[in-house]
Amino acid sequence: MFNMMSIVPKIPVAEGVTDFVGWLTDTFSFLFDPIKVHFGNLMDFITESVLMNIPPLIFILLVAVIAFFLTGKKLGLAAFSIVGLWFIHNQGYWEEMMNTLTLVIVASLLSVIIGVPIGILMSKSKITETIFTPILDFMQTMPAFVYLIPAVAFFGIGMVPGVIASLIFATPPTIRFTNLGIRQVSGELVEAADAFGSTGAQKLFKVELPMARPTIMAGINQTVMLSLSMVVIASMIGAPGLGSEVLSALQRSQVGPGFVSGVGIVILAIVIDRMTQNLSKEKKANG
Amino acid sequence: MSIIEVKNLTKIFGKNTKQALKLLDNGHSKEEILKQTGSTVGVNRANFSVEEGEIFVIMGLSGSGKSTLVRLINRLIEPTGGNIYINGEDLAKMNKQELREVRRKKLSMVFQKFGLFPHRTVLENAAFGLEIQKVEKQEREEKAKKALELVGLGGYLDQKPGQLSGGMQQRVGLARALTNDPSVLLMDEAFSALDPLIRKEMQDELIHLQSKMKKTILFITHDLDEALRLGDRIALMRDGNIVQIGTPEEILVNPANDYVEKFVEDVDKSKIFTAQHIMKRPETIQIEKHGPRVALERMREEGISSILVTDKNRQLQGYVTAEAASQAVKSQNGDLKEIIKTDIPQVDKDTALQDIFSVIYDSQTPVAVVEEGKLLGIIVRGAVIAALAGEGEVENNV
Ligand SMILES: Nc1ncnc2c1ncn2[C@@H]1O[C@H](COP(=O)(O)OP(=O)(O)O)[C@@H](O)[C@H]1O
Ligand SMILES: [Mg+2]
Repeated sequence: MFNMMSIVPKIPVAEGVTDFVGWLTDTFSFLFDPIKVHFGNLMDFITESVLMNIPPLIFILLVAVIAFFLTGKKLGLAAFSIVGLWFIHNQGYWEEMMNTLTLVIVASLLSVIIGVPIGILMSKSKITETIFTPILDFMQTMPAFVYLIPAVAFFGIGMVPGVIASLIFATPPTIRFTNLGIRQVSGELVEAADAFGSTGAQKLFKVELPMARPTIMAGINQTVMLSLSMVVIASMIGAPGLGSEVLSALQRSQVGPGFVSGVGIVILAIVIDRMTQNLSKEKKANG
Repeated sequence: MSIIEVKNLTKIFGKNTKQALKLLDNGHSKEEILKQTGSTVGVNRANFSVEEGEIFVIMGLSGSGKSTLVRLINRLIEPTGGNIYINGEDLAKMNKQELREVRRKKLSMVFQKFGLFPHRTVLENAAFGLEIQKVEKQEREEKAKKALELVGLGGYLDQKPGQLSGGMQQRVGLARALTNDPSVLLMDEAFSALDPLIRKEMQDELIHLQSKMKKTILFITHDLDEALRLGDRIALMRDGNIVQIGTPEEILVNPANDYVEKFVEDVDKSKIFTAQHIMKRPETIQIEKHGPRVALERMREEGISSILVTDKNRQLQGYVTAEAASQAVKSQNGDLKEIIKTDIPQVDKDTALQDIFSVIYDSQTPVAVVEEGKLLGIIVRGAVIAALAGEGEVENNV
């Protein structure tokens, strides 16, 4: 038995992958390095020169006002935002929160910019759908931190690989829901668009995307939430923010600070989730 | 020239279209072809033409291929074979650009479930066709408004379709189709989703609009009553084949086969059949050349108790009874004019069966069918009852 199991010597898969990634990194460093540098600078700029420059009080009020209008002029979320954000500030995690926020915003934006067009392509062609579906399945079933490995390999440590890992992990819902939303548009409406002589683009922008909007927004909401969870995990590769506070508290067995920064993440998650959820409902309520 | 002409138009759904086509040519049925090739025959070599200003109805049971046929005409479904000529140009040979132009300018479609865009207002829906053509906002909204006023929705411009009743939504659908000012309207079961009363109303409205606009309308329905009300001509479909084309009259009176007959069976015959469908050839004598003796002889021959009298132009003069004729013969009075009676009920050839029934019920004599005084035929009581019961064969033996 033992002999049978060891007829084939260990296949050097790990070595192969290492070599391959090494080769990729070397070969495409002309591509990766500038991304790392410029992208990193951009995010530093967003955090330090934009978000941190807004006085916390103003920022909190701004969030509360946006929450108030997004939720259809209800006070709940607005009040929660005020208390929650004030608490984060009170505990001294303001800058960490801004770092996390920057990562989430940038990662989500990129996910949407990349995801929606791919979703459209998938909805338009059976072949594209067949190709992308298993890739998306694969992307979503891998444990999130696995994406940290190639991200680190290509981009070192810090914010940039965090965003890249988050991009891989969080884009699939936007792609899936865009595809689904467009495919769900009633056949008669698509026929109506065609029957009146629409071009493909007219059909897409005047009928399909507006009709699919609530579904796409639901996908984007998921993407944003996944980005947030990934950004927290990305602290393991040095992405700054609330996640790295949790991580360092864990490493030093400091229950108290770990708890507080954990609560900060939850507060942020709730605010972002409710806001993006209402973004998808907003149009419906009006009309 | 016909505005629409369809030649051998065929659609086969599925992969083995070549094999299926071959089987079709060899006369295999839709069912056999599905079994052998897995392909569904949607439409099988349809041939017909539609004249300008005509309402052409395509009727058939569900699954008979009506929707497929109408979608082949604007190529929402790509034909497997055949030609579609619109004003003489073959749609089947057009590229995408040319096809779009035809759809924009010549063909508009009205959908069964209305196909309105829920995120657009009534006005924006109606203006959609012109928006696609990049017509300026002001101009297209003006035209859309006119179309909406035409269908009685001038007061609902800013509503969303979801706020309107079914009947009103379909008016929007109709207005959207009319805004483009197309020459042809394609209406796929456009009124089938409406309740019966609203449906009648919409049919009347369509007839009324049509009398003003003189569009060419291709109207799809599975409802015979609707087809009879609207159609100038009706094409009957079964399993992808067109089995009969004709005026409502022709379809009802001379059903081409059992299938059509079955379809027609349920129609309320008292409304559909008219005098000319149940009349018989009358026995007549001519007032100028025949006397009581001939009259008596003819009645004896035919075994009847009275005979109709016409002049040489077949204008109805009256009738004589056998009794009066035999007395005249006995008394040597040779003149028909003395004994002719004129109290015979007369109906026009287009009188409906139900109206004939009330006339004949009170009458001692048969009823004469006339057209401008000219005798066409005669109706006996039995024929009316038979026709109403739906069993007597309805023949046109004049
Ligand atoms: N896209 C399609 N794919 C395969 N078969 C179809 C498709 N559309 C219609 N059919 C088939 O073609 C036949 C005619 O359908 P249809 O034109 O919708 O009938 P109708 O409108 O008269 O009810 C039916 O047997 C139907 O199942
Ligand atoms: Mg149909």
